[in-house]
Amino acid sequence: MAVVHKYLRLKKKFPHVWCAGCTNGIILHATIRAIDKLKIPKDDVLMVSGIGCSSRAPVYFDFNTLHTTHGRAIPFATGAKLVKPHLKVIVITGDGDALAIGGNHFIHACVRNIDLTVIVFNNFNYGMTGGQRSPTTPPGKRTTTSPFGSIDPPVNVCSLAMGAGATFVARTTAYHFRPMESIIARAIQHKGFSVVEVRCNCPIIYGRLNRLGDGAKMLLDLKEQSMTVEAWKKLPPEKQKKAEQEKIIIGVLKEDTKTPEYTEQYRALCEQLQAL
Amino acid sequence: MEEDKEWRLLQGNEACAEGALLGGCNFFAGYPITPSSEIAEYLSRELPRRGGVFIQMEDEIASMGAVIGASLAGAKAMTATSGPGFSLKQENLGFASFCEVPCVVVNVMRGGPSTGQPTLTSQADVLQARWGPHGDHPIIALAPSSVEETLFLTIESFNLAEKYREPVILLLDEVIAHMREKTYIPKPEEIHLVERKKPTCPPDDYLPFEMTEDYIPPLAAYGEGYRFHVTGLTHDQRGFPTNRPDEAEQLLTRLKMKMEFHKKDMWKYEGLFLEPVPDILVVTYGSTARVAKRAVRIARDEGISVGLLRVITVWPFPDEVVKQLASEVKGIIVPEQNQGQIICEVERYVRRDIPVVGVHRFDGSMMEPSQIYNTIKEMKQKWQ
Ligand SMILES: Cc1ncc(C[n+]2csc(CCOP(=O)(O)OP(=O)(O)O)c2C)c(N)n1
Ligand code: SF4
Repeated sequence: MAVVHKYLRLKKKFPHVWCAGCTNGIILHATIRAIDKLKIPKDDVLMVSGIGCSSRAPVYFDFNTLHTTHGRAIPFATGAKLVKPHLKVIVITGDGDALAIGGNHFIHACVRNIDLTVIVFNNFNYGMTGGQRSPTTPPGKRTTTSPFGSIDPPVNVCSLAMGAGATFVARTTAYHFRPMESIIARAIQHKGFSVVEVRCNCPIIYGRLNRLGDGAKMLLDLKEQSMTVEAWKKLPPEKQKKAEQEKIIIGVLKEDTKTPEYTEQYRALCEQLQAL
Repeated sequence: MEEDKEWRLLQGNEACAEGALLGGCNFFAGYPITPSSEIAEYLSRELPRRGGVFIQMEDEIASMGAVIGASLAGAKAMTATSGPGFSLKQENLGFASFCEVPCVVVNVMRGGPSTGQPTLTSQADVLQARWGPHGDHPIIALAPSSVEETLFLTIESFNLAEKYREPVILLLDEVIAHMREKTYIPKPEEIHLVERKKPTCPPDDYLPFEMTEDYIPPLAAYGEGYRFHVTGLTHDQRGFPTNRPDEAEQLLTRLKMKMEFHKKDMWKYEGLFLEPVPDILVVTYGSTARVAKRAVRIARDEGISVGLLRVITVWPFPDEVVKQLASEVKGIIVPEQNQGQIICEVERYVRRDIPVVGVHRFDGSMMEPSQIYNTIKEMKQKWQ
């Protein structure tokens, strides 16, 4: 039995809904291995999601699971975390879920620095509803609502998270299974709001519309396009800019352990008041 | 004995907040909006002192989401808002209703639609309280008509939410929310608190949406050994998504039955001069009931046979009570601070050819007793 099987609702909830070649399963597998590595009891994990293909994930897992409304996973997670701070709360969300309809919640959770781990499955389109343009669709790319190529500037998930004050921000891809596992583990361990952007693939819709090849080809492309943040840092400044445009910079981009975490601050306030 | 009773001069919103604390509320998430903000302000002072959680969220959608997350983690959770904010909450409120998440949502009704009249009163959200979220769904809503009643109905809202595993909407209106009245503060030992039914079976057998005999499945809390799933997709008894017609029908039927089966227990209403059954019945609720009572008293002093039914549980609507009265009276008057909402509900239960007349005021000011009195008088004159 593979590690992942210990954590699946095998008897209860299979087969899953994802297409062949979809990378959602890979990311979840890495997430599970990270949880297993950290030896977090299943009872202490709360997995919360919004709406989308990626957000269908929690139902397959033998944790406390909550599949909420489109874009709103973070607020639901915030409420649960404040009530039961011992829970490890992991939010599974898509690029549309997190950054379009849920953008405001995302920003404010970053600002609040509440101890949630948000994994953004960034596949550049709205998979679930048939491949419409998302906030991360790159310029010129075709989707079912940008049939002539998108003219909307895309959101950079990690820059947004860093700018808004998230204290742990990392990027990885569905190709980089092992690094992804350890990045997710670090994100979960981090005390504060952590964001992991996973560049991933929707070969069935986005891939086809943009003639990007099959699932395997798209995975290998993720490898080709990536550059570690360590390698990027060694580049001269003018090349760094160019690489930022052309490459997927992967690794931990920000880790701040000094900013106080929200639930701890809240509890400290309560204790202070109660001691009066 | 009176000496050791505690009375305080409270504003309606303060009474609501105090009632929440007495009702066991240990989580509040909200976003400021007139005329409800005093509830959040009061709880932002009191909850942290008692170890409860207060959080100001980035908007009303987030507040409603946080309340649901908190409740599923075991808290007695509440949010408070007004018109525009209540509109924003609807999608997540529908989630709470469908997933049977106990919580209390206060909506202090102000003049609408849209931004409307933020500082003025209305009762124009009663149908929204019933049908705000999309889809067929159960909902409970209460409407107090005094400050003291606000305190007690807030406690009751928590109890109903816990007992029936459903969100409860407390419909205040700006008048009740902002006026000050002498309010009795009950002692903890005088208050009966209801706790949600929890599962007792082994975690593997737990069905969070079980078709139980009383239609109310037990609800575990996250993090306590029952690792269950909650989704706003149509779900089977285990909580997993389903597209099976029989399972979809069973779930929606159970939710409807939950309200039908228990509605009598949820109903609260007050009758005034209903025995013997009067010729004219005034059906009213919330702050308008205060005005209506005055009008009814004046009319009775003049010898007119008129009585009053004050509906406290607006949803589920006390249909059988109205049906019974409607079968005996000669005419019904429904005063409301809107263009006619509960009157539609009343008309549904009138099976005879008798006049059902609305009295409306929707300019932001409180209705005058004379408005209702004149209508009573006109109705009476038609029969002479
Ligand atoms: C309020 C609301 N608006 C729209 C939808 C329709 N909808 C469902 S999923 C989705 C987009 C999902 O895209 P993304 O978050 O990128 O996830 P993916 O499916 O690509 O994994 C949309 C628009 C909805 N469910 N709710
Ligand atoms: S539509 Fe795209 S994102 Fe959704 S399951 Fe299929 S491949 Fe994955």
